[in-house]
Amino acid sequence: MTIHRGRGFASINYPIGMNLGGDPSQALVHSSPDGKFAIALSSIDLGQGMKSVTRQIAAETLGVPVEDVYVDTADSDTGPHCMGSFASRGTHRVGNAVIVAAKEARAIMLEAAAEELEVNADDLETDGRGNIHLRGAPDRSITTGDACQAAQFRHGKTVAGRGIFLIPLSEVEPETGEMTPVSCYAHAALVADVMVDDETGEVTVEQVNSAYEVGRAINPRLVEQQLVGGAWMGLSHALYETTEPRYPDRSHGPVDFSQYTMPGPGDIARHDIAILERPAPDGPFGGKGPGEMCANPIMPAIANAVFNAVGVRVTALPITPEKVLRGLKANGGARPGPRR
Amino acid sequence: MAQKPLQFRLNGAEKAVFVEDGANLLDVLRRSVGDLTAKRGCAQGGCGACTVLIDGVPGLSCLTLAETVEGRSVATAGGLPGDGSHPLQEAFMAHFAAQCGFCTPGMLMAATALLESTPHPDRDQVVHALSGNICRCTGYEPIIAAVLEVAGEGGGGRS
Ligand code: FES
Ligand code: FES
Repeated sequence: MTIHRGRGFASINYPIGMNLGGDPSQALVHSSPDGKFAIALSSIDLGQGMKSVTRQIAAETLGVPVEDVYVDTADSDTGPHCMGSFASRGTHRVGNAVIVAAKEARAIMLEAAAEELEVNADDLETDGRGNIHLRGAPDRSITTGDACQAAQFRHGKTVAGRGIFLIPLSEVEPETGEMTPVSCYAHAALVADVMVDDETGEVTVEQVNSAYEVGRAINPRLVEQQLVGGAWMGLSHALYETTEPRYPDRSHGPVDFSQYTMPGPGDIARHDIAILERPAPDGPFGGKGPGEMCANPIMPAIANAVFNAVGVRVTALPITPEKVLRGLKANGGARPGPRR
Repeated sequence: MAQKPLQFRLNGAEKAVFVEDGANLLDVLRRSVGDLTAKRGCAQGGCGACTVLIDGVPGLSCLTLAETVEGRSVATAGGLPGDGSHPLQEAFMAHFAAQCGFCTPGMLMAATALLESTPHPDRDQVVHALSGNICRCTGYEPIIAAVLEVAGEGGGGRS
């Protein structure tokens, strides 16, 4: 038995969002009388952090503390329409819709403040700590709470805003076949170092090194969290997860998730990540979305590393010991490639 | 179906409920007692989301016959402070060790049991203790790091 080491590389351009019937998301923002803001969305946060990111985006745009913003994604029946949480579109599409809605609400809040302070709304600025003051004269000031209260109780105005962001459907040019399905791409490159046992066919990932370009990392810790977790999920798809049998007879296959190969905390590889920030011109504060891209490049990188290690080209995931052994047999043994 | 009385301590409080013959502890906790912190991931012993401590020992509540906890002590994540001030909860938050959070109560209970028996575990011991708990989201590294942090800081014996 010999352990062969191999290195594989893969890179991707990842389109943010999709191109079905057009790709819109909506957001509704309104303030309560005490100057706290609720953002209603129908896109769901299932752990990817969309609530945190849209909360930051809303607070920054409104000019209020992040603690004063509540994001409600409770109900897609009664909430504003959204295409959903997929295709890494949340930060980009929903974030942009939140900016539009928050700008409208901010303008009304500043109008109310201007009326209270007897100044022009164009001369007002927010300090992000809950105050609105006259530019250059910080003591001519009113709290965002008082401004929202005045709007509702004295001026009869709702401090509210509606936002939509749409990437329209791109039709295919009949002449050229060209289309512009998305406006924004994220990028990643990843190197995987593996060990392949030519007796058992087992593949172990020793080290992963990657660089992900995500636009602006609006919440850097959440980005890192997604990349670490998502890359591991990609590793898991690459090597383990299948509902197909490992041996020729279907009756040996898993019949439910109790027999599905789902790796645990002992099956992780060290992963060093560089996060590159190149703000997207049409992204909210430059943000794109790490989303699905975090799981993608590791799969071809591992496949390439296995090829480099033993010369076996596996073209269907996962790269199970059986497939590696069959490949070795067909090749008449391991054919290690050049060390990279 | 026949109902039987069942008495046990849940996170230090006496509980007395009627349970159906053959009911599992997870269903009794969630439906009869109303403690929703133990999660029903697979209901067949594969995921660890339902992990609770029975007399301090981690067990899968989905595979535990409820009547076997008669007179015993059960601990769930529901017994941890609601403000998240337990060192393990704080470390989980600091390390971003939860994404969807579905595995988190089970992870917390598995880690609690480890730190009770082994206040200063090394990485291998942490991995071993968590190896019955599946997480889809985090890649495990942040969870391992959180437990190791508590292990390093004066260990995890209950303070
Ligand atoms: S629910 Fe008990 S192990 Fe999955
Ligand atoms: S955080 Fe989602 S399963 Fe662990």
